[in-house]
Amino acid sequence: MADVAERIVAALKTRLNAESVEIADESAGHAGHAGAMRGGGHYRVTVVSGEFAGKSRVERHRMVYEALESEMGAAIHALALRTLAPDERA
Amino acid sequence: MAEDIMDRIKKDIESNKIILYIKGTKEQPMCGFSAQAVAIFSQLGVPFETRDVLDGSGLREALPQHSNWPTFPQVFVNGELVGGCDIVTEMYEKGELQPLVQKAIAG
Repeated sequence: MADVAERIVAALKTRLNAESVEIADESAGHAGHAGAMRGGGHYRVTVVSGEFAGKSRVERHRMVYEALESEMGAAIHALALRTLAPDERA
Repeated sequence: MAEDIMDRIKKDIESNKIILYIKGTKEQPMCGFSAQAVAIFSQLGVPFETRDVLDGSGLREALPQHSNWPTFPQVFVNGELVGGCDIVTEMYEKGELQPLVQKAIAG
């Protein structure tokens, strides 16, 4: 089984046609706290997708959560998200 | 019983101009993301309510269904989901959150 970060990247590229997905595994920094006891990682993700154009931030984040639904419960404990349309890239 | 909690959520969101559903309390948030959302609203200097989704009343299960949003915190202004920690932080840093909040308080 591929590691969780790789699965997240693959899912976002496939389901949201993401142009780029940057992911950082920040699980280590959260290992101690109560919520993390059940396992599951903390990831920081920046997604660039043409499908975000014209959508609100809430809509974009929902699209990401939906794309990752099968991973959200067990493997991902928390996700820090930045969602950008291609023309919003700095 | 499931109905009751959905009603409670609706009433809370409608009757509070700014309400944050967090893990823990305003004074003692139990998660870094909740703490950050609380810190931002404290910084804004506006009155806001919080509810603890870990209070065992079923909020933790019911709220994601209500809002179609799987994580906490969840920030509502004027009855609308503004987002979670990332969105609120991004809006705060870009100066978009202050006007939204001021308008809600004034309205």
